Amino acid sequence: MFIKELRAYRHLLREIVIKNIKIQYRDSALGILWTFLQPLLTTLVLVFIFQNIFGRNNPAMINYPIYLLCGRLLYEFYSQSTKRAMRSIANAASVIKKVKVPKYIYPLANVISNFITFLISLLVLVGFTLFYFIIGKNPPVINWHILLTPIPLLVLFLLCLGVGLILSVLSVFFKDIEYLYDVFCVLLFYFTPIFYLPGDLKGTTALKMAQMANPLYGIVEMFRDCVLRGVMLNPRHLLYSLGFSLALLLIGGLVFWKKQDKFILHI
Amino acid sequence: MNQPAILVQDVSMMFNINSEKIDNLKEYVIRLLKRKLHYTEFWALRDVSFQVQKGERLGVLGFNGAGKSTLLKVIAGVMKPSAGRVEIQGVVAPLLELGAGFDMNYSGRENIFLYGATMGFSRAYIRERYDEILAFSELKDFIDAPVKNYSSGMRARLGFSIATAVEPDVLIVDEVLSVGDAKFRAKSEAKIKGMFDRGVTVLFVSHNTSQVRSLCTTAILLDKGKIIASGEANEVCDVYDKMVKIK
Repeated sequence: MFIKELRAYRHLLREIVIKNIKIQYRDSALGILWTFLQPLLTTLVLVFIFQNIFGRNNPAMINYPIYLLCGRLLYEFYSQSTKRAMRSIANAASVIKKVKVPKYIYPLANVISNFITFLISLLVLVGFTLFYFIIGKNPPVINWHILLTPIPLLVLFLLCLGVGLILSVLSVFFKDIEYLYDVFCVLLFYFTPIFYLPGDLKGTTALKMAQMANPLYGIVEMFRDCVLRGVMLNPRHLLYSLGFSLALLLIGGLVFWKKQDKFILHI
Repeated sequence: MNQPAILVQDVSMMFNINSEKIDNLKEYVIRLLKRKLHYTEFWALRDVSFQVQKGERLGVLGFNGAGKSTLLKVIAGVMKPSAGRVEIQGVVAPLLELGAGFDMNYSGRENIFLYGATMGFSRAYIRERYDEILAFSELKDFIDAPVKNYSSGMRARLGFSIATAVEPDVLIVDEVLSVGDAKFRAKSEAKIKGMFDRGVTVLFVSHNTSQVRSLCTTAILLDKGKIIASGEANEVCDVYDKMVKIK
């Protein structure tokens, strides 16, 4: 039944995905270039701060700018797509109030459109990699493991969709969840080993456990296994983050399905 | 026996009046702690049943708050009734508040495809009807401008042109025959009459009994969520007119 509905509304899904991407870059002179410029510039800022001011340059990271870029690109996709999905139902209120549409289309389309711009932004990573190969200084280890890159990206997509579904339901009923989630995302940024090594986190065992429980941790590390270290994916990371993502997706789907008929009374 | 185009059976719709007002976590928690989360029930529709045969044109009459809009939303599939069931044969084109599915930053042209997709039609299907939509809306010179720069009349014209170009089986009309200027109004009335001749099933909501008399074959009269009269359009309109006089 779900598949049939999705098939019937695939045109709408496609239109909304295209619309999101088009609108995002329509009014800026540089257009889609921002997809590259934004991560490029912010990474340079972070590299400048952490490499020069805090003197971070651990050989275990192999190549600090690329190490940082990997984490930042993935985190940025996570936070952008879940935030957009969170607001998607309220943004589509005028349609949902008037026309019968499957409502999950809106969070789904927002995660997909963000995923597409995220994939385009990965070209920045390709650029960095080529640059370090050409100058021959600390190049990342590229071997056949790079073919496994889709695995962490797919897990990340599932995670974002699950979180996005849950948030979209919550924000319909409680508008102030947006502010709480913004704070949560800041916490997540510092809690995920984006600009530091996982082992750098000093503190109690409880804190370390919490770090391991963060699914983004495993996803970011797996991504680095593929494009930076050239080693096999850590199976523990894979199992945990995949299980976590699937569980959230299941919960998100159930909550959404249970509550979707009530949306119209609140938006 | 033919299946009716619209079957509404024992439909009831209940709202919790208080619960709809709390829309943030802070207030919810405060009320939860103060134990002030009690709800008042309000029945917008109660055991409403009727059928509309294919090609029939049903007028829905009633005072404000009688449940007309709720009934339309339930039939359009936007709201799920608290009880009862609604069955519809074919494609429903809701004309409630034209242009509701538009994206303001999108051009008129892009919105035609987006609006079409919202109603479940593919790009190819809309492309076939694109010229017709464009011609009818008379927006040729503005079609590449963003819709946010359109006047409300232009928006309504575009919405009307799209919703009627896709040849729906069931048309839900919520007092929209007052779209645009006199010229466009005459054109849109002619278009709707043309759709009548092709046998489209119509649900028409109005306060204006003369419009209902001229457009509809049958009618129902709603009061406080219940059907209090149904039958020939003229007879039901007479009942409604009498009620208006008493008030």
